[in-house]
Amino acid sequence: MQASAKPEFSVNIVTNLTTPAGRETAAALPMRMTISKLNFFYGPKQILFDISMGIADKKVTALIGPSGCGKSTLLRTLNRMYETVSTSRLEGEILLDGQNILAQDVTALRRQVGMVFQRPNPFPKSIFDNVAYGLRINGYKGSLTDTVEKSLRHAALWDEVKDHLHKSAYELSGGQQQRLCIARALAVEPEVLLMDEPCSALDPISTAKIEELMVELKNLTTIAIVTHNMQQAARVSDFTAFLLTGQIIEFSPTPHLFTTPSDPRTEAYITGRFG
Amino acid sequence: MSNGRLHWRKFVSNFMLAMTGVCAFVSVLVLFFILGYLVFNGGTSINWDFFTKLPKPVGEAGGGMANAIIGSGRILLLASLMGVPIGFLGGIYLAEFSGKGMASVVRYAADLLNGVPSIVIGIFAYSLVVLPFKHFSAYAGAFALGMMMIPITLRSTEEFLKSVPRMLREGAMALGASKWKTIATVIVPAAYRGIMTAILLALARVAGETAPLLFTAFGNRFESHGWSQPTATLPVMIYTYAVSPYDDWHRQAWAAGLVLLGLVLIINIMARTILSRGIAVPRS
Amino acid sequence: MATSTTALKGAGPVSGSRSFFMKLRDGDEIARLVTLLFATTVVLITVALVWELWVNSALPRQKFGFHFFVTSVWDPIMDQYGALPFIYGTMVTSVVALLIAVPLGIGAAIFLAELAPPRISDTLQFFIDLLAAVPSVIYGLLGVFIVVPLMRTVIYPALNKPFGYLPIFKGPSYGVGFLTAGIVLAIMVIPYIISVSREVLLSVPRDQREAALALGSTRWESTWKVVVPFAKSGIMGSIFLALARALGETMAVTMVIGNTPKIAASLFAPGYSIAAVIANEFTEATGDLYLQSLIALGLVLFLLTFILNGLARILIVVTTQKGSEVGG
Repeated sequence: MQASAKPEFSVNIVTNLTTPAGRETAAALPMRMTISKLNFFYGPKQILFDISMGIADKKVTALIGPSGCGKSTLLRTLNRMYETVSTSRLEGEILLDGQNILAQDVTALRRQVGMVFQRPNPFPKSIFDNVAYGLRINGYKGSLTDTVEKSLRHAALWDEVKDHLHKSAYELSGGQQQRLCIARALAVEPEVLLMDEPCSALDPISTAKIEELMVELKNLTTIAIVTHNMQQAARVSDFTAFLLTGQIIEFSPTPHLFTTPSDPRTEAYITGRFG
Repeated sequence: MSNGRLHWRKFVSNFMLAMTGVCAFVSVLVLFFILGYLVFNGGTSINWDFFTKLPKPVGEAGGGMANAIIGSGRILLLASLMGVPIGFLGGIYLAEFSGKGMASVVRYAADLLNGVPSIVIGIFAYSLVVLPFKHFSAYAGAFALGMMMIPITLRSTEEFLKSVPRMLREGAMALGASKWKTIATVIVPAAYRGIMTAILLALARVAGETAPLLFTAFGNRFESHGWSQPTATLPVMIYTYAVSPYDDWHRQAWAAGLVLLGLVLIINIMARTILSRGIAVPRS
Repeated sequence: MATSTTALKGAGPVSGSRSFFMKLRDGDEIARLVTLLFATTVVLITVALVWELWVNSALPRQKFGFHFFVTSVWDPIMDQYGALPFIYGTMVTSVVALLIAVPLGIGAAIFLAELAPPRISDTLQFFIDLLAAVPSVIYGLLGVFIVVPLMRTVIYPALNKPFGYLPIFKGPSYGVGFLTAGIVLAIMVIPYIISVSREVLLSVPRDQREAALALGSTRWESTWKVVVPFAKSGIMGSIFLALARALGETMAVTMVIGNTPKIAASLFAPGYSIAAVIANEFTEATGDLYLQSLIALGLVLFLLTFILNGLARILIVVTTQKGSEVGG
């Protein structure tokens, strides 16, 4: 049962949550970011069609869908990362705490909306300097050592690296490097943390560690995660949006989407019939 | 994280990025500046005399650089005959026959030779060709320049041969062609264009070299006959005339510079445009 | 014909046991030997070069030994030769050249790699490659007729009046000298820094820059604090390459350095470089010791450029390999 009209957003996100239970729980939920009627193009080719949804405050929102459905593209609109490609074009509105991010200074925005990438990409610096990077460029006046420690603890990496802070980040394993990247992103205290398939390049044990981390991190910051691993979405997220060929097919609280999906296409995807 | 600080950072960013643009354009501007100056100063002196007359005695106005032009041409021809076969056949060896050990040794030697300052090549040619025969000669100059052509020819031949698709080779061998026949009739022709343009680039490079000729071919105010006499060349003439105290010679040096640069640039532009449709040139 | 030869080839128990002469009838073996011969020639030429340099510089080695490098007297009349003024001149002009060329070159490379759209970047790089192809003697021409007068009329007054008390800016200027040679060298060497640095910067993985931007860096911050440090070794390599080129540069330097075998603190003073003295005095050298001393200088030059080129190559390979290692 697909909503025939695309829903209006800002406060009315509730209307797109199609189950009664979902609507109730979502009724009182504040949205950190809201997306309204977003259309996205690379040159003449349209990638995202009329997207409207919200990222709930201090919750984990997952974007799932088959490859090429546009979920990474959607994530990257939230911190205007698409602007590194010259042919990209965006129509619509994206609000962060009620302010249109497209009208805001992009450098300031990206401090507020952080990102962790698919492959770990630490800088060619020491562990300490990686985490301190964001602090330094923003002219942080406080104690760098304390904040670095705090961030590394939040990323569950402190104990493993506390005696080696001045070693090169490249001496860490893949899973540790990714947690370092998470610590680096957390250090500047972003309002929202975007994670683009953060575990796809990692082994199962590292993946499990980071999934544990995500559940704790949402107390600190709002998280939006793209993942091609449905089980992961089911495990860690509070809300899930299912995308297909650039459109949101369904957007519900996670338990509902995975147990009683409203749309037959969602059901087909999560039962593995395609994707 | 104040607004003022953000403004400053953005200002710094825009300023520094603009400065890098300035650096890039200034660097490129130098090329056009050089060309402009040469055309301006040398253009008027290029006339029929320049190409056909011999230099006049010191102090007398007029004359040309016919002997230098012919001398350069002859020496470059001989240099190519010396250097290109060695580089070409050596490159075939590296691409088609050699094992890993020998290949690295040959490549290393070629890279080493490529990095030797041209004046040291001149010393080498002097001790090998001038000293034993006790006179400067065209073939000593050709030897020096020929040695300088070897590394580029070798590396380019190897790279272009290696880039020929496997399908072509296997097609020929499947028809029963022996290895050397395959190389001669299929592989080399396929890589021919790339190799030729690389050789042209090598030629353009040595055409402008002066230092190795200073004590090999030396120079000559008259026409040289045969190969065992000191021979005038364009670059050496430019040098000699430029450092002289005569205005007329300065004028001729500009003209010669324009001719030399024009030739070198035309060959470079042609070779690089042909190659840009194919594979990249190894940096000389 | 082809089939009959293959039948012949197939005949015989094991091909490895065929005699050398049987293999020789086979065109392949001849081809292999011929090309091997030419490949070996390349190696032999290189060995011969080093050998000739070494053997023909024996006299000064015997007579002066190590003192050759620390003596600053160069007196053909008294047959006393010391390499110091030339080593000094070579180094000073190269350092001046790098001081000018490195900031300009890296700046230009950053523009070409990070800012310029691909078409413009490639076009500008094309012109830079042409600059590298300009013969040295042409730079010399421009040096003599443009830079030297410029030095006399503009640069010297601009530096000497306010800063003349500093040892490096003291004294008169005749237009030629260390600074003039350094400027001309800088122009010659910039294309090398730009080309190699640009390639190296382009090979830095995209997500390094994106990670920096995602943390709220400005474009300059992401370039200067993340991308450039990532490519550090490669850029160092380009500087070494440029230095090697500057050391060996002969004609342009000879025409503007002043050809005076003296060590002086002032950048405006005339001097001499290793390549320049060889170029100027080789054909006038009377006597074996004189000539061989010049050859000994050539050997020094060879060794310096050999080391620099080797280091440069290693550094450039290190950076491009690093690009593929990031990410665990």
